[in-house]
Amino acid sequence: MSAVEVRDVYKVFGAKADAAVEMLKAGKTREEVAEATNTVPAVIDASFTIERGEIFVVMGLSGSGKSTLVRCLNLMHPPTSGSVLIDGQDLMSLTPAELREVRSEKISMVFQHFGLFPHRTVLENAAWGLEVRKVPEAERRERAAEALGLVGLAGWADSYPGELSGGMQQRVGLARALATDADVLLMDEAFSALDPLIRSEMQEQLVSLQQDLEKTIVFITHDLNEAMFLGDRIAIMKAGRIVQLGTTEEILRAPADDYVRAFVQDVDRSRVLTASAVMEEPVAMILRREGPSAALREMRLRQTSGLMVVDERKRLVGAATDDDVVRMIRSGADKLEHLMTADEVAQVGPDTPLVDCLIPSAESRLPLAVVDDDRTLLGVIPRVTLLNVLGGNDTNGAECSPDETSAEGGAAVTTAATDGEAVS
Amino acid sequence: MVLNAYRLPVGTWVDSAVDWMTDNLEWLFDAVSAFLKALIDGLESGLLWPSALVVVAIVAVLAYIAKGWRFSLLTAASFAVIAMMGLWDEAMSTLSLVLVASSVALLVGIPLGIIAARSDRFSSMLRPVLDLMQTMPSLVYLIPAIVFFGIGKVPGVVATVVFALPPAARLTELGLRQVDPEVVEAGEAFGATPMKILTRVQVPLALPTIMAGVNQVIMLALSMVVIAGMVGAGGLGAVIFRGVTRLDVGLGFEGGLGVVIMAVFLDRITAAFGDRANKRVSH
Repeated sequence: MSAVEVRDVYKVFGAKADAAVEMLKAGKTREEVAEATNTVPAVIDASFTIERGEIFVVMGLSGSGKSTLVRCLNLMHPPTSGSVLIDGQDLMSLTPAELREVRSEKISMVFQHFGLFPHRTVLENAAWGLEVRKVPEAERRERAAEALGLVGLAGWADSYPGELSGGMQQRVGLARALATDADVLLMDEAFSALDPLIRSEMQEQLVSLQQDLEKTIVFITHDLNEAMFLGDRIAIMKAGRIVQLGTTEEILRAPADDYVRAFVQDVDRSRVLTASAVMEEPVAMILRREGPSAALREMRLRQTSGLMVVDERKRLVGAATDDDVVRMIRSGADKLEHLMTADEVAQVGPDTPLVDCLIPSAESRLPLAVVDDDRTLLGVIPRVTLLNVLGGNDTNGAECSPDETSAEGGAAVTTAATDGEAVS
Repeated sequence: MVLNAYRLPVGTWVDSAVDWMTDNLEWLFDAVSAFLKALIDGLESGLLWPSALVVVAIVAVLAYIAKGWRFSLLTAASFAVIAMMGLWDEAMSTLSLVLVASSVALLVGIPLGIIAARSDRFSSMLRPVLDLMQTMPSLVYLIPAIVFFGIGKVPGVVATVVFALPPAARLTELGLRQVDPEVVEAGEAFGATPMKILTRVQVPLALPTIMAGVNQVIMLALSMVVIAGMVGAGGLGAVIFRGVTRLDVGLGFEGGLGVVIMAVFLDRITAAFGDRANKRVSH
């Protein structure tokens, strides 16, 4: 069961909303319908599912319907047609009292301009959802204080929102949403009103919080950089419709139309793409138990001057360069010894943004090793690949034929192994 | 002139409406009259029961709580002046009329404002009624009030309520509508009932504006209560009216000074509580 399921949702504002939906379903354009029925179709035919623990970003310019769409999820704007399921429960079938219960227990929300209560202290703000649910005073103070601790505002409980900076105020908004322990978090342009520096700080904090909390987050933004930095998947909206839905890599690789393409051009790839998205199959690789002559043979074959050395379970144990191997053969060694150790090999994690791969890559003769927590070698990033990606070319650059780039927003990035470029 | 050809008998219509009401709603007027009379008389005798010194002390304490020492001393001195002019009983009578009329005006006006803030349709229906109530020369209200309630304090209070009510409704509506919609949404998004949002979010945030309405209601009530002295409502209004009819400048001035002192006291006290609400909201 998905955390959130949206099926064929339409939201039209105006007296003749139902008639407008019928016309839209019959294939009329948004403009035709708006003119004929004097309505505003804000969300047109939205369908998607969001899995538990996912950060799902809805991106679009103002007026694209993204804020309306997120308000359809907790029925603050009840859809004109279609259905919204939270944990498999159809919200449209609930009574007002049942709906309030869902809002206080399962879904919480963070607002663009924070939506804090200026007459209540920070702690009372954070406790609002619990107060609504009639949690006893002592428990709600405790849980609200806990939520404030999570967002780093432990010492501010008795201040008033007006005494806090914008970033801190939004942390209160976040704490208020976290305090109820709701599984689904709706964040409507939550960071858009903040200064750029505070904003990226908040983005990073959200990502690290999410690693522990594993909420289902629906994040609304007009900024594709933010969308790609945060989102596991991104839905791009235009004039009420979702024009593309996919992962960061899918959208960068194959923008669905010119609208999306225009956005993609402005994206800071170094920040939104991670090592795992651009890494290549480690072909220049050798098992530790094989000897120096095998290593030399492998280098000749691959026409490279360096090899990643792994154990039987593909864990990185070091690297061998041609000088090392030649020296070993001369000294008559029959094992790969005195190698560059695993610690000396430049390496990054799969989720490292490319911006943090630049310096390790520049300082290393070998390709960057991408390893997981167990040091299992997942892939390598040759420097040329990194430069190619950041230069704005497609993630697999030169090999990509024109008709592949325009393929419909599907296939994940497949990085063709490029032999022979392992050492620069 | 074509428009002169037919005289529009608006006055006749109003007369017949008033006649119908006196014939058919007498029980209602009697009940309202008895209730208001009991309220006013009770309050008045409550204010007159202790020595004037005790009442002066009480208003001085209120003034201290509201604004501090200086205002407290000023209040005590000026209330003592009222007593020393020999107008104490009249002043307390006026005070009780003002308090009863303002309370009724607020009890009716604030709920009307709340409904108007939630319903655009009700708001657009209410607005012209409030305009009429506020702009109709206040003396005009005294006529039907006398017809329905006779001579005395009750018609004075009723006319005062009608005259003083609009700001309560208007400023309550304004205050509630000015509350940041996102803050209201935040209340809603966490599953609060409309009642809880009203009492815990909207009203507290609108309180400074509502308090400004309370202040205006009391000020209007005071000015109207003086006029109501003409229909036998007594109090300082009666003193002033006597001064006017006898061309007694001194008496008129004494009554007027009493009204000014009451006005300053009531205005500063309510404004101070409004400021306090404002501070709570704008942290």
